Amino acid sequence: MSALDQIVEPGAGALLTVPAGGRLRIVDLHGNQAVDTLFYDAHDIDNRYSAFDTIRAQQAVYLTTGSRLMSTRGDELGIISDDTCGRHDTVGGACSQESNVIRYGGHTRHQHACRQTFLTLGAHAGIGQRQLTHNVNFFMNVPVTPSGELKFDDGLSAPGRYVEVTASRDLLVLISNCPQINNPCNGWNPTPVQLLGWW
Amino acid sequence: MKHDIPGDAAWSVPVRAGRAITLTALAENANASMLIIGSDRLDRLNIPDTLKSQMTARIHAGLVLMSDRGLALATVTASTLDWHDCLTGSIPSPLLLLELAKHGLSEADLHGSINFFTKVGIDADARLAFVPGHATVGASVTLRAEQDLLVFISTAPHVLATTPAGGVGVQIGAAEAGGPAGLRPEALRALELVR
Repeated sequence: MSALDQIVEPGAGALLTVPAGGRLRIVDLHGNQAVDTLFYDAHDIDNRYSAFDTIRAQQAVYLTTGSRLMSTRGDELGIISDDTCGRHDTVGGACSQESNVIRYGGHTRHQHACRQTFLTLGAHAGIGQRQLTHNVNFFMNVPVTPSGELKFDDGLSAPGRYVEVTASRDLLVLISNCPQINNPCNGWNPTPVQLLGWW
Repeated sequence: MKHDIPGDAAWSVPVRAGRAITLTALAENANASMLIIGSDRLDRLNIPDTLKSQMTARIHAGLVLMSDRGLALATVTASTLDWHDCLTGSIPSPLLLLELAKHGLSEADLHGSINFFTKVGIDADARLAFVPGHATVGASVTLRAEQDLLVFISTAPHVLATTPAGGVGVQIGAAEAGGPAGLRPEALRALELVR
């Protein structure tokens, strides 16, 4: 019996409380769908996910099973406990209307973007602009090379693949199911994902 | 103005639009972890947007450092090194948190930093390894402020380094206009939005 079973449409999101020891599974129902996700200590949102501390801790760029999701204070917020996709990004950040303008031009200024979802849902937990930080992009493929290049690539995911995070402490999890249509992060076609939770 | 920051210290300085800030390694093992806050004291450096807009995983000359709100904060106008780390962050030292506090800022204002003079190499599987001896004495990098900035510099050793921290010299003066060559259209858009 799951404590959570929820479909999240592209452009929508979720703000979840996951207790320590709880397992949150995100299912990529249709494949190649980026799920932008932030983690906060539920009792102190200043102790929040840190993408680059996470990368340094594992001395590897991509996230997968065994990756410890670290906070700015060096605490383990959660751990990726299962992963049938194999690679997730935490370098590429979230899309915003402003970064869309920079990357794709002024005509994208009023397209919906992950930052809009983060701000809308985060407001319920005191998460505003200052509290937003560099996120995880589950199912997204952002290769980096030995010569220091970075690109957005077609995803490695496929319909039904999933990733599971086990909370190491009580967490707030802020999710935006990415609506981006200007690059291949969602296979040019944003689709719904499923959230499952056990706690 | 000039100021030498010793190793294992933290410093903050305003850099007005149109000024240039040059960092110089005073020792082989120097590391200057930098945070950048924009003119409104809320907007700040966004490493993911900076990287994905310019298709790079390292900081080098010819890049514009971009904010959360898609604005140019600074342009890297010159660098003797072609690689400054921006993927491995930095643990905020108590001294750095005090510098933030002096400006009414706190942990909520932390963001992905640039570790100037540090290289953490990437292998074919995107595994990382600290590169000892990347910077030599006298290595330097220059940023031109594109809006009024508040710059924070920590000279604590990089977490993956095995040697003590070296010092970093800072000089702030008039910036040269124009350039650098080779800016991508994305960088030019970020510059245009602050002009």
